[in-house]
Amino acid sequence: MVQALGHTTIKMVREMGRLGWFMLYSLYMIVRRPGSLVHVLKQIRFIGTKSLFVIVLTAGFTGMVLGLQGYYTLTKFGSEGMLGAAVALSLIRELGPVLAALMVTGRAGSAITAEIGIMRITEQIDALETMALDPFKYLVTPKFIAAMISLPLLCAIFDVIGIYGGWLVGVKLLGVNPGAYFYEMEKAVVWRDVYSGIMKSFSFGVIIAWIGCYKGYYAGHGAEGVSKATTESVVLTSVIILVWDYFLTSVLL
Amino acid sequence: MISLRKVHKSFGAQKVLDGLDLDIPAGKITAIIGPSGEGKSVLLKHLIGLLQPDSGAVEVDGESIIDVRRSELNRIREKFGMLFQNVALFDSMTVFENVAFPLQEKTSLSKEEIRGRVLSALEDVGLKNIETKFPDELSGGMKKRVGLARAVVLNPKIILFDEPTTGLDPIIKRAIHQLIKDTHAKFGFTAVIVSHEIPEIFDVAQNVAMLFRGKILQYGTPDEIINSTDPAIRQFISGSLDGPIQMV
Repeated sequence: MVQALGHTTIKMVREMGRLGWFMLYSLYMIVRRPGSLVHVLKQIRFIGTKSLFVIVLTAGFTGMVLGLQGYYTLTKFGSEGMLGAAVALSLIRELGPVLAALMVTGRAGSAITAEIGIMRITEQIDALETMALDPFKYLVTPKFIAAMISLPLLCAIFDVIGIYGGWLVGVKLLGVNPGAYFYEMEKAVVWRDVYSGIMKSFSFGVIIAWIGCYKGYYAGHGAEGVSKATTESVVLTSVIILVWDYFLTSVLL
Repeated sequence: MISLRKVHKSFGAQKVLDGLDLDIPAGKITAIIGPSGEGKSVLLKHLIGLLQPDSGAVEVDGESIIDVRRSELNRIREKFGMLFQNVALFDSMTVFENVAFPLQEKTSLSKEEIRGRVLSALEDVGLKNIETKFPDELSGGMKKRVGLARAVVLNPKIILFDEPTTGLDPIIKRAIHQLIKDTHAKFGFTAVIVSHEIPEIFDVAQNVAMLFRGKILQYGTPDEIINSTDPAIRQFISGSLDGPIQMV
């Protein structure tokens, strides 16, 4: 029992050390050898552009449900004019960065793990090493850079679409004054809110690339190893995003 | 020359290499034979630093590759080419891109020069008009030949072959062996071939090492191995079920 606990603890500490090393080495490689622009652009297309549809869809419905819920809550206090401010602040400070990151985790984070994991089990990563090439330069750093660029942009798109989703329900369906919707929003949202949202989504981008690449890079054997790595990657990334969001919010508030 | 001294390697409780000593001479074709699961691929991966031994020394041309900086290891690796057991072609790249990749990354050749080198390397392995195909559109034998073209395209001093003919039909098998002999005669590299192909490998290799129970049981010319009196080697060559080699 004690022995098993000891083994598990050592394994966990070792895994955390390896995770930390992976992050530090990736950041070092971004500075030293960021990889070719073509590789980075390809990854921006994959992580960013190809996530647009799901981001727009999620953002639209999130904004709409916020408009609906917000309206029924605010009418209780007779302040439905504040709907724009409520929708915008919820989206810009919290829901935009977090939901965009979770959607990208499901769509691109899992694919990053699967791609690198398959390259690991089919010895393609070993092949790069035998050519005296650093696999990080080709597989990891372009994904880090692409995620750091894409996530804030996706988050910004999420926020705008979400705000118009709220406007559609609040103003067009429930009759909130359109002037009040945008005026209250403009009055309530300050640069610090936007800044904190961007900071969050930037750091979520790092987390998605970090865990996605790490889990693929150290995937186990065979198809089962890759499938396990992919599942673990999505779960771990989502959990870390939510925990990190709490800490970041407490610091940035 | 590549030399291994007292190399030990275990995976968990399983001891794979147990104080192995071996010298691989430069410019020759050396075959490593032995029963499945004895650690031949593990041994091969030690030669290029893909695996590090638990203890012992591995030197390439007198330079250690154990516990050296990555930049140092990469400098030594530039002497190597490797054909993997599963070929390990980059599956998102075409045949042309696969063979061109080391040239693009490691040389400053122009696009035209790279194209010329790639087509010539593919022609050397008997492949034409497949440059635009992806690896999953090729047969096993074609993949091996593309892998071989990629391994030789930078004219490395040392090429490692991990079971280059496993899973191929007898004709392709012979063609690959002939190809290794021909390219070796043309470029004069040091070749290390891990193989199960008995007796064909004796026609290809100039030296043969038999790996058994984590050590080199015998090292010598193909004739010396064929005429060995060691019971494990005799059993392995004859394919007999009775003897010191037990099926796992």
